[in-house]
Amino acid sequence: MAVHPQNLVFNGGRRQPKVQKARVGLLALQGDFEEHANMLRRLGVQAVETRRPAQLKTLDALIVPGGESTTIGKLAQQFGLMAPLKDFIRRGRPVWGTCAGLIFLSRHIHAAGSGADVVPPRLAVMDISVNRNAFGRQVDSFEADLAVPSLEQGVRRPFRAVFIRAPRIEKVGPAVEVLATLPDGQTIVAARQGNLLATSFHPELTADTRFHAYFLGMLRKARL
Amino acid sequence: MEATDSKAEKNGDRKAGTWRVKVGLAQMLKGGVIMDVVTPEHAKIAEAAGACAVMALERVPADIRADGGVARMSDPGLIQRIMDTVSIPVMAKARIGHFVEAQILQAIGVDYIDESEVLTPADEAHHINKHDFTVPFVCGCRNLGEALRRIGEGAAMIRTKGEAGTGDVVEAVRHARAVMGEIRRLQNMPAEELMAYAKSIGAPYDLVKETRALGRMPVVNFAAGGVATPADAALMMQLGVDGVFVGSGIFKSGDPAKRGKAIVAAVTHYNDPQVLAEVSRDLGEPMVGIQVSELPKEDLLAGRGW
Repeated sequence: MAVHPQNLVFNGGRRQPKVQKARVGLLALQGDFEEHANMLRRLGVQAVETRRPAQLKTLDALIVPGGESTTIGKLAQQFGLMAPLKDFIRRGRPVWGTCAGLIFLSRHIHAAGSGADVVPPRLAVMDISVNRNAFGRQVDSFEADLAVPSLEQGVRRPFRAVFIRAPRIEKVGPAVEVLATLPDGQTIVAARQGNLLATSFHPELTADTRFHAYFLGMLRKARL
Repeated sequence: MEATDSKAEKNGDRKAGTWRVKVGLAQMLKGGVIMDVVTPEHAKIAEAAGACAVMALERVPADIRADGGVARMSDPGLIQRIMDTVSIPVMAKARIGHFVEAQILQAIGVDYIDESEVLTPADEAHHINKHDFTVPFVCGCRNLGEALRRIGEGAAMIRTKGEAGTGDVVEAVRHARAVMGEIRRLQNMPAEELMAYAKSIGAPYDLVKETRALGRMPVVNFAAGGVATPADAALMMQLGVDGVFVGSGIFKSGDPAKRGKAIVAAVTHYNDPQVLAEVSRDLGEPMVGIQVSELPKEDLLAGRGW
């Protein structure tokens, strides 16, 4: 089949077929979902703010943004989103959580630094153990270059990662693939388990669309 | 030289306190409610209600207004106890221009400093040079010029001022409409008029250009000052702000836990009148409130800031 120019999106210097009519939802309860939407639009994908369970039916994939994990968890519970979201994942739809979104996906939560006896409500679908606010308070928030082999196609180019009061993945289960660590080689900050992707940093706060393109790649494979 | 470079590469050129990291935390607060709390118990209630952050202070604005006298930074011991009680970000207020209060707040590790007109100003000509700090700052504004001056000084987040401690939303609406209106006007302006416009509103030229290109404030912009009900909060969201501060409106009401939760839901579902109707039911007594138009001019807080 001929690939028409309007079906192409510009992506990191490579042209690749666009996912036809892909609708990627943004869990829009609280947080930086608008920043994710802007990245998706740059990649030529429809971004849909999602707040009610019925909206999930029309989506091909979902991003759980950065934000406050207790707020997002409580609102998801209050508005009946927990079971429908679990079902969405069981049907193989790709879901990506950044920062608070990672916490929302994780099965185990470690007690963190300050007063974190509150464990936020979450989906608990991804076999990772997470330490919330593991790097400290806002004055300890940082950015750093990461080597992410899955994003590099021949050309070595680090990913500038922004960590905001970020969580850290302490342990991963056997089904989980580690995608990136800090330069210390030990601290896990990005991981994947089948159709689930989790990053403790915020690709949506940079101009680098490679992580979003990687997520759309997961969607393409899921639709084959 | 070489040694430094390889060291920088080893830790991935790790940097704290960058502009992106400061603005980034405010981006994480978007679509959320930041609640004033005066005790660790309040902070717990706010967290349970779904606040995305709390503002730790000794007295809510309604009490500062009632008590009179000089209002200063809160006791660091109180702020620390609140920080130890909750896992969500904790903000605290410093007086306008009082950079030593800000140094103290940074030293105890608060997540955001509000250089606030609710406290008695320490300097009647200058604000804090916020670029000097690792911790990010939020500042109040009544219009675009004031907002861009604060961003020029290093504020990584803006809130429209409203009139704190009144429970009357009219000033919050006035300030949000002023900012949004000025941005709309800017977007229709030809490039050659920007310098004169920057001069007329007293704003840095580069930030005026950036605002025009973005079609929005270059940092996150919340509403504050007078929000007392879920409907007030949704009104501000529909006017185009990124989230809301609620000061006296929650803990001066009859049932803070319930009202707090309702306001959080109203900010998420600000465009859904069905949900707004549902969460506005049976909330008990709102804060009593003071009509801003009945206040003598010298009692207005929003005029503080230069």
